[in-house]
Amino acid sequence: MQTLLFLILFPILVACLLLFVKQTTLRYAVVALSALAIGGASIYLLIQYAFEGAVYFAAPSEAAGLVMVAIEMGLALFIVYMGAKFKNYLAIALAVIQAALVVYLEISFPENLHAVHNLFIDQFSIIMALIVGLIGSLIAVYAVRYMETYHHHHPEVRDRQKMFFFVIFAFLAAMFGLVFSNNLMWLFFFWEVTTISSFLLIGYSETEEATKNAFRALVMNLLGGVAFVVALIILAATEPTSGGIDLARVLTSPDAAVILIPAVLIGFAGITKAALMPFSSWLLGAMVAPTPVSALLHSSTMVKAGVYILVRFSPVFAGTFAGFSVGLVGAVTFVVASAIAISQSDAKSVLAYSTIANLGLIAACAGVGTYMLVWAAILLIIFHAVAKSLLFLGTGAIEHRTGSRNIEDMEGLIVRMPKMAVMMFIGIAGMFLAPFGMLISKWAAIEAFVQVPFGLVFIAILAYGSAVTVFFWAKWMGKLVTVTRNQERVEKGFFEESWAPLYIITGLVIAAVLLFPVISSTLIEPYVLAIYGVTALLPQANVAIMLLMMALLLVLPVSFLLFKRSAKRLPVYMGGRPSTPDLHFAGSLGMTREVQTQNYYLTEYFGEARLFRPGAVVCIILILASWVLAGVAL
Amino acid sequence: MTWTWLIGAVLFLILAPVAGGLIAGIDRRITARMQGRVGPPLLQPFYDVGKLFEKENVVVTTAQNFYVLAYLIFIALSGALFFAGGDLLLIVFAFTLAHVFLVLGAYAVHSPYSHIGAERELIQLMAYEPMVILAAVGLYMVTNSFYVADIATTTIPAILYLPGVFLGFATILTIKLRKSPFDISTSHHAHQEIVKGITTEFSGSTLAQVEIAHWYENVFLLGFIFLFFAWNPIIGVAAVVVTYVAEIFIDNVTARVRWQAVLKSGWLAAVLALANLAILSYMMLGGV
Amino acid sequence: MSTMAYLKRSPWILHYDASSCNGCDIEVLACLTPLYDVERFGIINTGNPKHADILMITGGINELNRAVVRNLYEQMPEPKVVVAIGICAATGGIFRECYNIAGGVDKIIPVDVYVPGCAARPEMIIDGVVAALSILEEKRAKMTGNAQAKEAARQAAEAGEST
Repeated sequence: MQTLLFLILFPILVACLLLFVKQTTLRYAVVALSALAIGGASIYLLIQYAFEGAVYFAAPSEAAGLVMVAIEMGLALFIVYMGAKFKNYLAIALAVIQAALVVYLEISFPENLHAVHNLFIDQFSIIMALIVGLIGSLIAVYAVRYMETYHHHHPEVRDRQKMFFFVIFAFLAAMFGLVFSNNLMWLFFFWEVTTISSFLLIGYSETEEATKNAFRALVMNLLGGVAFVVALIILAATEPTSGGIDLARVLTSPDAAVILIPAVLIGFAGITKAALMPFSSWLLGAMVAPTPVSALLHSSTMVKAGVYILVRFSPVFAGTFAGFSVGLVGAVTFVVASAIAISQSDAKSVLAYSTIANLGLIAACAGVGTYMLVWAAILLIIFHAVAKSLLFLGTGAIEHRTGSRNIEDMEGLIVRMPKMAVMMFIGIAGMFLAPFGMLISKWAAIEAFVQVPFGLVFIAILAYGSAVTVFFWAKWMGKLVTVTRNQERVEKGFFEESWAPLYIITGLVIAAVLLFPVISSTLIEPYVLAIYGVTALLPQANVAIMLLMMALLLVLPVSFLLFKRSAKRLPVYMGGRPSTPDLHFAGSLGMTREVQTQNYYLTEYFGEARLFRPGAVVCIILILASWVLAGVAL
Repeated sequence: MTWTWLIGAVLFLILAPVAGGLIAGIDRRITARMQGRVGPPLLQPFYDVGKLFEKENVVVTTAQNFYVLAYLIFIALSGALFFAGGDLLLIVFAFTLAHVFLVLGAYAVHSPYSHIGAERELIQLMAYEPMVILAAVGLYMVTNSFYVADIATTTIPAILYLPGVFLGFATILTIKLRKSPFDISTSHHAHQEIVKGITTEFSGSTLAQVEIAHWYENVFLLGFIFLFFAWNPIIGVAAVVVTYVAEIFIDNVTARVRWQAVLKSGWLAAVLALANLAILSYMMLGGV
Repeated sequence: MSTMAYLKRSPWILHYDASSCNGCDIEVLACLTPLYDVERFGIINTGNPKHADILMITGGINELNRAVVRNLYEQMPEPKVVVAIGICAATGGIFRECYNIAGGVDKIIPVDVYVPGCAARPEMIIDGVVAALSILEEKRAKMTGNAQAKEAARQAAEAGEST
């Protein structure tokens, strides 16, 4: 239990320490050392508990509970203050409602608010902790130099780096708390802390747009928070049958119908946090935040909390129409967000839409919730966290070097920033190509949905969704590898330190593929086995084939040595006009003209304006349906 | 027993280029006859590829060789997996990987014509991918296995359960065989509006590799068609022949369409397949 | 290796209209029709110099397409031959004296075969292509010969260094 407490409390200490560190070099030292400690501790956690199954700990409840309620009230007051300051009354209203509900809960059911074990750890928690501990701390390290450069590029933004790093580390603590909590009250507390962290970090630049988007994120997440409290009240009120607020007891509760309603409500909170449709707009708005924030909160960890809770509850959802409905919300989000991603040229928007899409896919797996789907969902969580954080960090680095994060401007990156381009290439490959992770999971998901009644709906959605996914990723990849001429390399001069986290995460993307049979057999399969009594097994032959493909991919670049450097080089064909290698050609009237190539965005067909509304309407209907169906089941 | 899969893979790797080249030769002769011509010798495709290997090695950028080589290797690997009896979905995704390499090769050269070809290739990919996945799922629903080895040895006449899926697959087969009216990214016909599209900047041995990859892929596609009729090999071979001749016929009587029509056709084909599968799963649920 | 010679069996053509009156162009296209069907000899009309072996040019060279013809020629990988179709492509023909006509194709790029006629008849064109094939084969033999000689020289040099 010491490791768990260390992971929750140590980041808070660091956060407080960072409030007093002003100098970048010193901050870098502090962040790097604590990242090392946190990363080390999470690996130690893996070694310590990987083979133990679920372990429960009776952490002190009374005092901690009080502190948490006090902090929650403080946060509510803070929201009210911020809401008043920026005249956002919806936020105030939601914060007040939520606080009132918490108080009601505390007063009405004081005797039902105790879990026997407040903390626990099992393989799924270990996976989440590893994501937070390794990727989260790497991103924090990256952020130090990034923020220095950020302020260099944006002199108009007030330097609030002390607050920034305080929130980042407080957030890490909250994430650890969230995945270790067995007491749902605790889980809810950490949940709220992540919401506030996200709010503060989105609004970092204090521009009008940032503030507006921060409040949008806050309001939508508070909506989920309210649903969460309502679920807690229902659980506390029905304690004998539902199991109360003890996560383990709730999930094994004999009366499935009773807990279905709170499960669907908590699932709704998960939907808002994971930014599924119709709440996807907050995650897009969140892209105004500095890139490490997008990487940390809005792709690899915080939004994962949303799907984490859905996956936790998938045994409850399994086989129910309500769960099917929740799954459909995810599936519809997957296909619609993927399609909209086609029309986006801003790299961060593409990443945001792809994040929403993948969270949707995970939610789809969790909602339907058979053992194979849970296996696929957890695999998706891992691979997505690794690859997507790399892509976000890479985009940030590119933006700082080239001054743009538009995909069109990334043309010829392989010439201008070869190392960066290779890393982005690996990251993108990790998102959609065999034998990389996301594809393994999609494939497993299809095989699993076939065996589910009405699974055909999901298969159809997955089939179309994968097709559009290939389109938007491949065209981005194409821009990266375009070999342009007469352009200088701009890689050098970027702060050397920032490369280390990028290298490590790139290594993780590849390692995740090579090690995935091990990850699956030591962590995911035992977890699924413990919950369902059966487990998903990948046929050995297929694993071997995938490793073979990966090996081929790693070996193939050697073929560069085979190609004769002496091969004759010709400029590209330009309809017979004499042209230069950088695509200038002799036009009519003696004028030299330039050819520019641009990707297809098909806005007319896949634009936000065209697809968002129908997608959101369908998802709203499905969410309402899930509530009705949960009610009917009762 | 345990090594039979390897035999299938090795036979494919060795024989598929021969078979694919011959099929291409027959294709060109039938096409010529349909147009009232004599047509080239049967072995013409081999002469063409042999010639390409004799030509000078000309590149825009050395990187293009890498992507095309990767394309060829992964096409061959995916096809080998198919004939080794592997998992159909994995094979489909491996093919996607291969095609992405071809597209990247076209992007790498930074040429306006290849660029448009690459974009259109991606649109083709987007058009046929759902249907291919659904075809795999359909075969699973009938035979209860994703493994080609099981599907190919089934005694169930899959085609009777999957007529819609088959028709849908035949539609996207036109895209995959690069035949009119769906040959928008590159074409075997002379002259098109984007020169040679995705292959514009590939020449000599690089172009030869693209061609060989195409042969490999065609043999795989015909193998896929066979799976629908696998319960009776004779009917299966006949069906493959009829389907291919029909594709040649369509190639000769239609004009190239715009990319919107390709996308729409591919996705509607998948809708047709879905309707088929929905009825099928309803029947299965009803215990019919 | 050098005995293979598939080149003769698979000549791919790039057809360019320099400033022809279209008379010869019609005849070039006629070669592809069922009546003459040059695909019998593996001849394909590609629209792309990077894929072509034979450049067929009709019409004389004018000031505006001088650069284009040179560019197309340079874009073709070796070995390659040029066939000038019709009298205009050979000498400039009746347009020879025009203010904007440079003359025949050979003013700009080396021509291997001249096919006379106004317009050149399809039979003549096919005959010209067949003549071009043996030149193409000669060039190929020379090219591989050169490459082999170079390779041998390189190896000899390496051997010399190592001893």
